[in-house]
Amino acid sequence: MEYFLQLVLNGLFVGAFYGLVALGYSMVYGIIKLLNFAHGDIYMLGAFAGYTMLTIGAGALGGGSLVALVVILIIAMILTGTLGLVLERVAYRPLRSAPRLSVLITAVGASFALEYGIAVLYGPNPRVYPVGFGNAAIEIFGARLTWAQLFMMLVAVLLMVALDTWVGRTRSGRAMRAISQDPKACLLMGINVDNVISRTFFIGSALAGAGGVMAGAYYGKIDFLMGFIIGLKAFTAAVIGGIGNIRGAVLGAVVLGLLESFGTAWLGSEWRDVFAFGFLILFLTVRPTGLLGERVTERV
Amino acid sequence: MSDEPLRGSTPEDPSGFVRAVDERGAATVGTVGGGLTPTGRKGGNPVSRVVGHPLFGWLVIAVAVALPFVNSSAYAIRISTDALIFIMLAVGLNVVVGYCGLLDLGYAAFFAIGAYTSGVLSTTFGWPILATIPFVVIAAVIGGLLIGGPTLRLRSDYLAIVTLGFGEIIRITANNLDFTGGPNGVFGIPDFGDFGLRSDIATYWVVVVVVGLAVLASSRLGRGRLGRAWRFVREDEDAAEAMGIHTYKVKFAAYVTGAIFGGLAGVLFAVHQTAISPPSFNFLWSALILMAVVLGGMGSTPGVVIGAIIISLLPELLRGAENWRYLIFGVLLIVVMIFRPQGIWPHRVEEKPDRGRRRRSSPEPEEVAR
Repeated sequence: MEYFLQLVLNGLFVGAFYGLVALGYSMVYGIIKLLNFAHGDIYMLGAFAGYTMLTIGAGALGGGSLVALVVILIIAMILTGTLGLVLERVAYRPLRSAPRLSVLITAVGASFALEYGIAVLYGPNPRVYPVGFGNAAIEIFGARLTWAQLFMMLVAVLLMVALDTWVGRTRSGRAMRAISQDPKACLLMGINVDNVISRTFFIGSALAGAGGVMAGAYYGKIDFLMGFIIGLKAFTAAVIGGIGNIRGAVLGAVVLGLLESFGTAWLGSEWRDVFAFGFLILFLTVRPTGLLGERVTERV
Repeated sequence: MSDEPLRGSTPEDPSGFVRAVDERGAATVGTVGGGLTPTGRKGGNPVSRVVGHPLFGWLVIAVAVALPFVNSSAYAIRISTDALIFIMLAVGLNVVVGYCGLLDLGYAAFFAIGAYTSGVLSTTFGWPILATIPFVVIAAVIGGLLIGGPTLRLRSDYLAIVTLGFGEIIRITANNLDFTGGPNGVFGIPDFGDFGLRSDIATYWVVVVVVGLAVLASSRLGRGRLGRAWRFVREDEDAAEAMGIHTYKVKFAAYVTGAIFGGLAGVLFAVHQTAISPPSFNFLWSALILMAVVLGGMGSTPGVVIGAIIISLLPELLRGAENWRYLIFGVLLIVVMIFRPQGIWPHRVEEKPDRGRRRRSSPEPEEVAR
């Protein structure tokens, strides 16, 4: 029973990370139907932004206090968000009316450029995060959950709720939803489509960046390829939940986190990624629209 | 998003197809038509005219065959064999990406399947390498079925990311299983026989023959009826479907053809290296092959061959600048897609009508599109 609960907690924790990245994936796909392969690398950039700030400002910030970490988290989010915006502007906007294949290849190129750009800047070897969390933990019915894990899950949930409110309640959230339904009509209705798309990229990238900083602080080690696998996982999560659906992305991430947690316990951790991607393929076969996705007929 | 499903048509409510043509007509001509097919008339720049010349292929083959007489150092033979195998991979991926417009980001998976199938059969079971080839083809087709089956029915973007995942699955599986040798891989793979020559030169000539046939086969495939269907699907899938092309079958054919090419290239790789291990088949490989196809010009066989030669020989010239090289590749992919989506040496659009029979045939759709 304790073991079971432990697995559930682990799954929820990993799911929170996946969720932060999956949200950006899903939002961007929902609004311009682009698979942003570089999204996982934005997460990696967030981790490196946090690393740089922590290394430079370690003295000024007085080590790894919680407040310092939150400040760094926010700065890193702004940085990665801006980067996402620039990426959209430079690489994706010129190709908005180009064939889908060109855009996909551009996204692969962007991902490559970001990864190896960081490899050139920081060297290919893993870096160790200058802060770590203690192992102080609370026990919940015998299952361990460290304070750090709890804190990160809270931050993730907070960000997700904020996003959901923003999309559901504000004017610009409504513009976003409108564009995902019909960009051309939005243009006619006087919505500044380019602006809204930029905003979407900013928010999605900022969330991924936040995930990156937290992952760096939690796992303690970062390298320039860390975004590759998580990008794939986040996509899997987005597909499970129904791609383009924001709540679906979170649900999918939690489901994927739990599946992985139990799959790992069952098959061993070396099969974790195979299990997750195998599940992606299975899911696309059985229910390609995801758990919460509506049936969409392809528009011609 | 939720467009209503296609219903029967009435005069007031035209059928989905008519609406599609109405809405899409101008856009398709403007963007899709101009996207992947070159816009210049008559062969474009001088390089692509030289490259597209029929004699050019023979020249390349002559150079490839003659190489051991000119320079038979082990180093020259090794890097040329590598380059040839890379050409085979590139023309195989060209069928999938270039002809049919399906983005396959896990092409190294088929390469791995081929290499491992023939490696395991020839070392653990002691089969001669030639006898493993039918099983390599079967294994590659099964891999293609597993991935293509579910995903080719969906939007093409899904294929891209699923193949990415598939590449990882194959690599991790090879790493974890016992009979594939785990992280150590398979070693001591036999060669085709030395025909009384130095063994690396014998292998080199076998590779020249196989790769030459593969290049020929892929360029022929692209020109036939199926090739035309592939290009049609690439340019506009919905219109192709409306014209009676079974798009699922056609895409499937492209994907499985690519898988077989990849598998066979894997056999050559296994023989050439004599030892294979999981890191040889990571995502970087898939990305480099894609790079060769995009750079050379999607759908253009001579272009892709040149792209592959450049991509595979460049590291020999740029040793020590690994990360810079990949950074430049990434930026180059974006730049090529924005400014020259047809690649550096694009495919010539004009199809010569067959002698006599099709002389009066109307111009190809691409012609009309301009």
